[in-house]
Amino acid sequence: MTALEQTQTASTSAGMPAITYNFAYLDEQTKRMIRRAILKAIAIPGYQVPFASREMPMPYGWGTGGVQVTAAILGMDDVLKVIDQGSDDTTNAVAIRGFFETTAPGVATTTRTQDATVIQTRHRVPEQQLQAHQVLVYQVPIPEPLRFLEPRETETRKLHALADYGLMHVKLYEDIARHGHIATTYAYPVEVDGRYVMDPSPIPKFDNPKMDDSPALQLFGAGREKRIYAIPPHTRVVPLDFEDHPFKVQHFAKPCALCAATGVYLDEVILDDRGGRMFVCSDTDYCNTRQAEGHRGEMSALPEAAE
Amino acid sequence: MTDDAPLLVAEGLTRYYGARLGCRDVSLTLHAGEVLAIVGESGSGKSTLLGLLSTELEPSAGAIHYRMRDGEMRDLSALTEGERRLLLRTDWGFVRQHAEKGLRMAVSAGGNVGERLMAVGWRNYAGIRNEAIDWLSRVEIQPDRIDDDPRAFSGGMRQRLQIARNLVTKPRLVFMDEPTGGLDVSVQARLLDLIRSLVADLGLAVIIVTHDLAVARLLSHRIMVMKEGRVIEEGLTDQVLDDPREPYTQLLVSSVLAA
Repeated sequence: MTALEQTQTASTSAGMPAITYNFAYLDEQTKRMIRRAILKAIAIPGYQVPFASREMPMPYGWGTGGVQVTAAILGMDDVLKVIDQGSDDTTNAVAIRGFFETTAPGVATTTRTQDATVIQTRHRVPEQQLQAHQVLVYQVPIPEPLRFLEPRETETRKLHALADYGLMHVKLYEDIARHGHIATTYAYPVEVDGRYVMDPSPIPKFDNPKMDDSPALQLFGAGREKRIYAIPPHTRVVPLDFEDHPFKVQHFAKPCALCAATGVYLDEVILDDRGGRMFVCSDTDYCNTRQAEGHRGEMSALPEAAE
Repeated sequence: MTDDAPLLVAEGLTRYYGARLGCRDVSLTLHAGEVLAIVGESGSGKSTLLGLLSTELEPSAGAIHYRMRDGEMRDLSALTEGERRLLLRTDWGFVRQHAEKGLRMAVSAGGNVGERLMAVGWRNYAGIRNEAIDWLSRVEIQPDRIDDDPRAFSGGMRQRLQIARNLVTKPRLVFMDEPTGGLDVSVQARLLDLIRSLVADLGLAVIIVTHDLAVARLLSHRIMVMKEGRVIEEGLTDQVLDDPREPYTQLLVSSVLAA
């Protein structure tokens, strides 16, 4: 994924100076700096590497960290997919895809998981098993898993350095004491490669098992907090839990209402103000693919084609 | 290692805050199961000394050696940060004057007691909970308060919870900084009673800082009187309090209001 220096030439009419962006928006020095941080992050799985996060032309919280990581690794031959809450067509996904279509001409974009080489995501891991040639880039709001237990950054760094993670279990203990089970459903803390405890970004805990032993490289970028971390391919990722309260993922009573998929993460869609609702795949590409293959759910538009 | 070897030996402890003196040239030896009181008026260097002994402060001069659980005497300044933290939350306890500083106020009583257990690797929820219930009852807190957080506790209960939280890993040495400060007299009496029986049952060594001579008399075997950063008198508690040698100690003893 070597990114060549290339400038976008805008047509100049009426003598106005053309606005030109470097390939993928960031200048090459910045990309080198980010790539160094990424390499260090890969070398120390789960460790938060500080980097000189840049101002991006979008507000914090909209994926400035993920965008910078994507910009740094994007090459001319890459195919980019952007996911927002599992969907390819919600605001964040459309905006970031548009951003790279404008600033990285020549890079193809797609909504199909299997065709993509770089997938930037917010809040989900695709349902389809990722492959070795793919890179998953997570947008991270708060990279520090200990943040709400220990507000001092100096102290959390020491805790990481000493692998002193008892506090994390205090949080899970409190969950069980208050709710009878571990009530953390997203951003569920994981131990990476037997060493660092990591916040997997606000993905549902349903997706945590997909991070374990994944053949794809997983990168995490937090723009506001200026941190990059990584899970190299085929790394052991274990959710924290208690012996007598083991980690469990969410289960859904019914299959997807559109494609009848089971064992996938479903979104609730409110249909009316009388309690009508349906549960559909959160991963729109997965759902569409299954429907194209002829799978039909109970609320599908073509009931006669049910499998 | 025989039991008559000292638990903690401090030599020539000195601490300056810039040019100001915190405490100067303090030496002491503490044996297992022994209770040492450090008394003196505000600003006499009691808390500085406690901070030095508990490794929260770094001494400007002097050294502290401690007999670890394996029997080896170690220089505390030579411990790695990881070893120091492990010592602090397994073999040591620290009961603070303000319970809010020694407790996690947003975490339930059970979580507060269980924190040290989880930090040393307990991963069984039921096991942690049973241990917490056991300790809560030992410090006279109703087991049904286990899921309440300490903000809902009275001052005396908070102090007892703090004690449970510190003792759960069966430490051999506990530091106490004015543990009865700010409590009313009847609550103080119950707390002192509890501390005294726990210390005796568990054979704890305690270094207690107090300005209350009655607390020192009730709990401690030995006493050190500090003034202007130095130890001016030390000895058996009864001896020092009944027959003070230094004029300053005489003044302290005579200043106590008779009830």
